[in-house]
This record gives sequence, structure tokens and C-alpha cells, in this order.
Amino acid sequence: MSPLLRALPALTLLAMLGPVAAGLWGALLPAFGHLPAAGFTGPSLVAWQNLLAWPGIRAATALSLGTGLLTTLASLLIVTLITAGWWGTRSFRALERLLSPLLSVPHAAAAFGLAFLIMPSGWLVRAVSPWLTGWERPPDILVVGDPWGLSMTAGLIAKETPFLLLMTLAALGQVNATRSMAVARSMGYGRVAAWLKAVFPAIYAQIRLPVYVVLAYSMSVVDVALILGPSTPATLSAQIVRWMSDPDLSMRLVASAGAILQLGLVVGALAAWRLGELAVAWWGCGWASGGGRGRSLDATRPVALGLAALSAFAILAGLLALTLWSFAGLWRFPDLWPDGLTLRSWMRHARGLNDALADTVLVALTATALAMVLTIGCLQSEFRSGRAMGRYGLWLLYLPLIVPQTAFLPGLQTLLLRVGADKGVMPVIAAHLVFVLPYVFLSLGDPWRAWDRRQATVGAALGATPTRVLLAIRLPMLLRPLLVAAAVGVSVSVGQYLPTLLIGGGRVATLTTEAVALASGGDRRAIGVFGLSQTLAALLPFALATLLPLVIWRNRRGLHG
Amino acid sequence: MADGLHLDDITIGKDDETLIAIDARVAPGQVLSIMGPSGVGKSTLLAFLTGTLPPAFDATGHVRLDGRDLTGLPPEKRNLGILFQDDLLFPHLSVAGNLGFGLRGGSRAGRHAQVAAALDEVGLAGFGPRDPATLSGGQRARIALMRMLLARPDALLLDEAFSRLDSARRQATRRMVFDTARARGLPVVMVTHDPADAEAAQGPVIRLGDADPLRSNPT
Amino acid sequence: MKKTLLALSLCLPAMAIAQPDPSDWDAVLAEADGQTVFWHAWGGSTATNDYIAWIGEQAAEHGVTLEHVKLTDTADAVTRVLAEREAGELDDGAVDMIWINGANFAAMKDADLLFGPWATDLPNYALVADDAAVTTDFGTPVDGMESPWAKAQFVFMYDSADTEPPADMAGLLEWTKAHAGRFTYPQPPDFLGTTFLKQVLVSQVDSDALSQPVDQADFEAVTAPLWDYLDALQPNLWRGGAAYPASGPAQFQLLTDEEIDIAPSLSPSEASTAIANLQLPDSIRTFVPAGGTIGNASFVAIPFNSGSKAGAMVVANTILSPEAQLRGQDPDVLGYGTVLDIDVLSPDMQDAFASLDQGIATLSPAELGAVLPEPHASWSNAIEEAWILRYGSQ
Repeated sequence: MSPLLRALPALTLLAMLGPVAAGLWGALLPAFGHLPAAGFTGPSLVAWQNLLAWPGIRAATALSLGTGLLTTLASLLIVTLITAGWWGTRSFRALERLLSPLLSVPHAAAAFGLAFLIMPSGWLVRAVSPWLTGWERPPDILVVGDPWGLSMTAGLIAKETPFLLLMTLAALGQVNATRSMAVARSMGYGRVAAWLKAVFPAIYAQIRLPVYVVLAYSMSVVDVALILGPSTPATLSAQIVRWMSDPDLSMRLVASAGAILQLGLVVGALAAWRLGELAVAWWGCGWASGGGRGRSLDATRPVALGLAALSAFAILAGLLALTLWSFAGLWRFPDLWPDGLTLRSWMRHARGLNDALADTVLVALTATALAMVLTIGCLQSEFRSGRAMGRYGLWLLYLPLIVPQTAFLPGLQTLLLRVGADKGVMPVIAAHLVFVLPYVFLSLGDPWRAWDRRQATVGAALGATPTRVLLAIRLPMLLRPLLVAAAVGVSVSVGQYLPTLLIGGGRVATLTTEAVALASGGDRRAIGVFGLSQTLAALLPFALATLLPLVIWRNRRGLHG
Repeated sequence: MADGLHLDDITIGKDDETLIAIDARVAPGQVLSIMGPSGVGKSTLLAFLTGTLPPAFDATGHVRLDGRDLTGLPPEKRNLGILFQDDLLFPHLSVAGNLGFGLRGGSRAGRHAQVAAALDEVGLAGFGPRDPATLSGGQRARIALMRMLLARPDALLLDEAFSRLDSARRQATRRMVFDTARARGLPVVMVTHDPADAEAAQGPVIRLGDADPLRSNPT
Repeated sequence: MKKTLLALSLCLPAMAIAQPDPSDWDAVLAEADGQTVFWHAWGGSTATNDYIAWIGEQAAEHGVTLEHVKLTDTADAVTRVLAEREAGELDDGAVDMIWINGANFAAMKDADLLFGPWATDLPNYALVADDAAVTTDFGTPVDGMESPWAKAQFVFMYDSADTEPPADMAGLLEWTKAHAGRFTYPQPPDFLGTTFLKQVLVSQVDSDALSQPVDQADFEAVTAPLWDYLDALQPNLWRGGAAYPASGPAQFQLLTDEEIDIAPSLSPSEASTAIANLQLPDSIRTFVPAGGTIGNASFVAIPFNSGSKAGAMVVANTILSPEAQLRGQDPDVLGYGTVLDIDVLSPDMQDAFASLDQGIATLSPAELGAVLPEPHASWSNAIEEAWILRYGSQ
């Protein structure tokens, strides 16, 4: 094993956790009044006093906790009930097929789409107006941007449910659900009860970390909050970003204190969730061994299917609305369809779209290529040394996804600025890598490890060096999972808002930052154009990952499992 | 110096427990059968011989082949051919690609001729461009054997190599492998749980997994 | 000029390196060739974005590459320059040019964050109409530290299919009582939102204090009529004042969807432009309340640490060309008021401006009436903060 290969795991950890650690450090000092670059020397509690004096602090804190816990609970519930009630059925397979497209829709685009659906002038109201409701004008109801963050929570649930479902499907590969279900049902347990009692505990143990990711993410998301969340006051994370851009540099201290508070909130919510897990586990063990056959629980099946279908519908219909707006001529309330279709909006934005697409592709491809090299290096090093990554390693992998972006990106920006490395596209790529790497690793890890290592023994017996085994046998055989991992990497990068905005300092404009910037202008046609382009940029790699192996290995049946 | 394959005082253990202890010599053309129930560590022994033993195991002893000490050599330098119970043909390569994988050097035309000759030898002439997944189990087993032989190994290792084949096919394949080994003077170590395999091998047999690990020197 | 530059170079060590001198325009052009100018400008208006892209094409003829950095908040650019100075980035900052508003201009000028003076030496500055709107910006003397590019006057848009315009600001308040939920304004600190607050302020308060810095006045006492007005307005706003549009253009959608009937606008012809772009229905018109509205000019400024000052000057000069100004005033494109003095232009250009169709929703200069002066720049921040405390964070 070359020294380089041996150093790769450490290098990967550095690329993934270095920016997180540096960013938290960069937030901690200013939070206690120490930011010499701006002329503040601490320690002092001024930042905290200002933070607590902000009149929105209570509402923002409650919002962060509320949206996070509600999103996590609801999406976990939907995923659990739909798998319990429908796993192995045709309806479930139909949902499974929708999974990749649903997952690759960037959060911002999904949020725009949902907004177009549910706002009082949106599609849903149009569909029933005026013939049913009598509304000639949209009702004056606060739907999008409601102070309780319900629209925002709905948007997050629609996006997080497919994610948790994917994680559950991956976990099912490690758990012998078919046999457990057969045993339990032969004893007369209802379908849902059998799943909850016999399969779910093992599944949950596998998806615990992804659940934590959902909790942390939905507590601190910024782009979705800007699009669907309240503004009087905004959520804590949105407010942190606003403080970061205040011309008064002392507001950076407040932003840093807010970042630490956001981190504390997430840690607290995770701890509360963990306690909840223990309580449910304690109660659940009694319930499971209590012998109740729970056949009445099967009544949840239609509800679960309805909710899952609804969340898929919300995203897909939202995308359709985005598409339609991007081609719409004049389109007034309560018309269900635009007066006419035109390419005008697309021509108008062609130039901006090209520029943004170029930056998006550059950042996404570079970050993904780096992530692929590091991931393959780590997995190869693991394979060669025979030492598997333990539970501890998995936690490290999930760490950048659990630490809220708003907790460490502001500090990272301040640090980069201080060392003068804040310009150009490289810092943005490095920041994207923090999020792309774990997802690429998680996506590639299982298929990589599932590869029959006897193939390597055969290769070696035929005289092939480890490098030749890797290049001539393993990589070609794993072409499909490699492409899928790359597609995951690209779509994660395409969807990143905050790292691009904060670290790029405005010089790197991607489809996502452009789309969110347009959100403030409310031009639905422009949002449609950019939101749709953003979705296509994330979706296309998945299509390629499905198509390319079919074309390249069209004469190799053994590779189409 | 073809004096066969020496397994000198090999012990393999894990967590301070000895799993296998063996000391044996396999003469050229001879088949040493290692028998025992599954889970006793037969495949672990082969992994030690090929140099792919996971680091969780502790092993002592030496492997020598025709005077060369293989212990510590990387797998690709050991020149040991191995057949598993699955044919493990590389699914992304054609039949010819699989056969060509182990060929060393030679001109393009020369390699081509060798592959064609090998196909001919196992009665699969013209199968070169085929996708291995379209072949029958018996055809695949023959390709796997020829792929191994084309790499010119100095010894053969068989890891339950016949257990997946139906009984008619098994006999034919077994005979082909043993005859080839004998004709080329290759020492063979065969791991199996099937007494019929060991019987057909007509060589020494070591049984693993008895209460007391057997030390034997059958030659 | 040279003396000023020398003086400036003594204050700021970074300026010790040679700086482009706009009075030697050929040298500026030569230096600008090949430079890339990062123009930080608010990116929420598609019409403005298109116009900036067009300016970029013109600047490209001089070898200048113009990159529009689309901001959600102009303050972002100011922060960046400030932070760069703190971090010691003194000669090649990220920002080469800013579309700047009065409050940020005052702040940057005070903090010596701007390059200049340079604007009055631009070749095309000779064509600029010499009036108060381009020599003072929110009460701060411009002193050639920023270059004007468009004039704007506050107006209201209304849907003539649904309502008659109220006569004055008091009438607007009465109108909202009869038409609850049909009026709104962008959420301060959005620029237009803050401008609306200032419009209410100057219409309700007749005090000399407004032209002085805010810290020399009794803020509570002076602004009491403003809060009385807003408190009365609040319950009858769109969504009961629990949500606001994020920006001026965001109101277009609300007007189009019949959610609201009246909304403020920063430019007399913005509505005509939006009608031309299908963003507004053609029943939208504009009105100016009796008593007049405040007006100002938009400017671009160059930060002290721009690495492409010559390129930025070329862009600023391009914006002041009669062709660019004509295009900017065309409601099909942008609909901003020109800052040029039409009378000094060539006869062809005079004709072109005269024959420009102002659009159906645009008032004539006579109808627009007198422009009220902006309060001193320091009032903007003060009333923004007070507004956020009262209405922006319940």
C-alpha cells in the first residue's frame, strides 16, 4: 500500500471535518466579543446581550425547534407507516420508482413549487375558484410565510420523506424483513403491527443517524426558510445570514452568537430526541412483547399511502407549476392555465442561465470528482488493510451533515476573509466538498463493500496487481454505483445555497443562489426558469447514471442485476 | 526445481485460538484434499496460501513452491491458480477478454491465438466474443478453468470448486481439472466437504475440525 | 484633482500605487482594456438584470468584462469592502462597483471606503443635468465620489380596474379602512419599503429636523406622526401586516393575482415596464398623492480597493451615454428617468427621447409634480430599526 493511499482516510477526514471545526472555532471567538479584524477584542458578552435583546429571539428559537421536531416526527412517521403498510406491494414499488427524481429535486426548487401550489393565489385555490369557492380574488389568508412556520414545515416534510425512505430501503438490505414478517404474520399479527414490532427496531437502529441529519437540517435550513418561512421575524438561521451581511461589522458578533445558539439548539433537540428514543424503546419493548396482534393498526394503511402520495404530489405538481410559469404568458388569478405559452422568459434569462450553469457545473463536477477520488481511496485503503470503518467512523461521516450549516459557515467565512483566501471558486468547492463527501461516501460504501472480494483473489491469482484489479475489474464492475454516487454528489452540490452564498462572497453565482436571489423579486417566470434549470441540473446526472451503464454494458447481462 | 508445494508448519489462529495447524507437502501432479465441515477454516487456509488472509488472523509457518518461499509475497507474485465454487468470470469482459486477462506478454496476434486455442481445447470454439452471462454453468466452469491455466500457475488451489455443479457435470469437470494438473505436473490443494471429490482426487486427505487438530505429513 | 488624489494617497497606504485619472480618459481606456469589473447590484429585478447585461455588452467593446454580482441586499457589498479593509485586502477587493443607495453611500464616504473623486471627470458627465438630485444623495454631498445613472420618484401603482386612486396620503389611510387587505409595501429594510416609510414621514411631519442628522433631533417626538399613521394602517394591510412582500417587484405578482390594488413603486415608469414584460396587467396605472413624493437618483460608486477602477469608470461612463440612458428610459426595457440634460444632446437624440413612448402607466413630468427632498440619510437607518422593533419581530 502506497503512503498516499494510507494517508487518504486522514486527508478525507480533514477535508470533511476541517472546515467544520475551523468554522465553529471562527464563530466561537466572535460570539464572545473577540474579532480583532473588525476592531473588537474580547472576551465580552455584548454579542449575547444584543442577541437576547433582539425582539424576535423567542419566536425564532421556537420556530427552529418547532419546525425541526415536527418535520422529523412527521417524515419518520410517514416513512415508517408506508413501509409497514405497503412494503412489497405494487403501490410501494411505484413510490420507490419516484424516489430518485423526488430526492434530486433541490430543496429550493421544491419550496418554490410548493409555494406556487398552496399560496392563496396558487394552483390549489385556482383549481376550485371561482366555481366552487366564489373567489374572484385570492382570499387574504396568510399561508406561505405563516408565523408558525407550517408552510415551511410542509415543504421540509415533502423533501425529507423521500430521503428517510431511501435510507430505510438501504437499511432493509441489512435486515431480514421478509423472514421476520413471515414469522410474525403467521402468528396472526396484522401487517402494520408485525412490522412495527418485529422489523422497525432493527430498521431504526440503521437509520438513526439519517434521522438526526433531518432534525438538524430542518432546524437550521436557510433557503427553504427564505422561500416558505415567516419574515416577521424570520427563523434564527435566516436571521443569522441577515446579520452576517449587515454593513455594521458588530452585527457579525451577534451573528456568531446566533450561530452558537443555533448549534446549542440542535444539540439540545438531538438530546431530547435521544431521550424520546429511549422512552419509546422502553414502552415499545413492553408493547411488542405484550402479544397484542394489533390488527386494527392496519387501518393506518390508507392514511399512510395517502400521506406519502401527497408528499410526492406536492413536489411533482410544484415542479409542473414551475415549468408552466417558466413558459407562461399573462396568467392572472383565478385562471387555472396561462393565457398562452411563450419562450420569452427562457430567452430573456438565457444569458444569466448560461453564466450560472457554468459556475454550477464547475463547482459540482470538481467537488464531486474530489469526493469520488477521496471516497474510492478510503474504501480501497479499507479494503487493502482489511480494517473496516467502525461505528465511530460512521458518526464522523455524518457529523458535517448534523452540525447546522449556519453554525459553522459564518465562522468559516470570517476565517477565510482573515487569511485572504476568500476569493474565487476554490473555497466554494472546498465548502461544497464538506457536504458532497459524506453523501458520496454513504452512497458508494455499501455497493463497494458488497463487491465479491474473491474477484480480487482471482485477479491476483491471474497476476494482476492491486491497481490493475481496481482499474480493470472493480471499477468497471461497479460502474453503476459509481455513477449513482457521482450523481448524488452533483445533486448535493447543485442544491447548496448557504456555502455558495457565504463562502463565494457573491462572485460564484450558481443556479441555486440565483434562484433564491430571484425569490425576493417574486418574478414567478424567472423563478420558474431558474428553479426548473436547477432541478434539471440535479436530475440529469441521475438519468445518466441509469442510462450510461445500460448503454456501455448493453451486451453484459451479468451487470444488470 | 519442481519439488511441489510445501506447507511448512502452518498455524492460523484468531483471538488466541488456533483454528488450523497443518504441515504438508504436495508433490507435482498430486492432489491434497482438505476436508471438514463448513466453518472450520478451510477457506482461511486457502486465503493464507493466496496471501489474502485478513489481518484479524495470526498466521505462522511458510509456504514454499518449487523452492520459492511464497510467504510474505503479494498475491499477484505467487503464481497460484485458484478456482472457487462460483466461476467468478468478470461480468464486464467477453469470454475472450476473461481468458486474455491472465495472459502474460506476447504479441496481440499471439495472445489471440492462445485464447482461440484454449477455447478450442474446451470445446467452445467461437465463443470468444460472447457475454459470459449467456453461457451455461458447465461452459462457464470450463472457461474459468482455462482462464486460470492460461496464466500458467505453478500450483492449483480449489475452493469447493465443484460443489455448484450437478453430479454429471461435476465428474466431468473434476476429471478435466485433475487430468490437467497431472499432465502439467501441478501440485493441487483442494478444499471440499464432499468425500466423492477427495476419492476422485486419489491423493492424501487431511480432515480438519476434529476435536484435536490433526497434524499430518501424508507423504 | 491631482492634489486630492495625493491627499487621499497619504491617508490610505493602498492608494500609493498609481490610480487611474479620469481627466486623462485615453489612459483610462487603455488601462481598462482587459479588466473584469464585478458590479455588485441588487439582483431581484429581472428588468434591471437585463439592462445591466446590455451595459456589459457595450462595455465589452472597450475590452471590459462586466460581471453582475446579484445581491439580495446592497449592504452585502458594503460589508464586504469594510471587511476586506479590516483584513488588509487593499488593492484587489471583490467589489469593483456598487449600485449604492444614499444611506450606504453616506456610510462608505464617511469611512473612506470609496475611491474618488472621479465621477465629474467622466467624458459623458458633461451631459448630466445639473440639479440637486445628482449633487446631493440623501443630504450627503456627492462630491464626485459616485456617478448617477437614473432618477427615480416615488409613486403608487393602482389597478384602475378595481379602484380609483386616493387623493393624498391621508386619503390612502382612509382607503385602506374601506379596502382592508388590499394595500401593502415591501418589508423594510428593503429599499422601497424604507422609502415608503420616508414618504409617510415627510408627508406627516413638517420639521427642519428631517434635513439634519437624526441624532440631533428628538426621534420619538419627530416621528410620532409616522407611527400613528402606520399603527392605523397596520391592521388593514395585506395579510393584516403579518407578512410583507420581500421587494418592490414581488408586489407585481400580488397586483396581477388581484391580491392587492395599490402598492408603492420607486420609479414612475416601472409599472409600464412590468406591463410590457407581462408581469402586470395593463389596467395598472400610477398616481402621485397631493403634496408630492420624494425622489432621488441612483448612483454607482467604486470602492477604494477595487482592482479594476479604470474598467469601472468605463462602465459608469457607458451608463451615462445617451444611448444607454435612452434605453434605460424606455419602459419596455427599464423605464428609469434619465439623468441627462436632454437640451444638450444632439438633435437626433433629443428626438429619440421625445418620441419615446412613456407607456400607459407612466405619468408626465407635470403630473409627477414637485419632488420632495429626502430626509437626511441617517433617518433611514433609524426609522428602519424602529419599524423592525414595532412590526418586524412580534
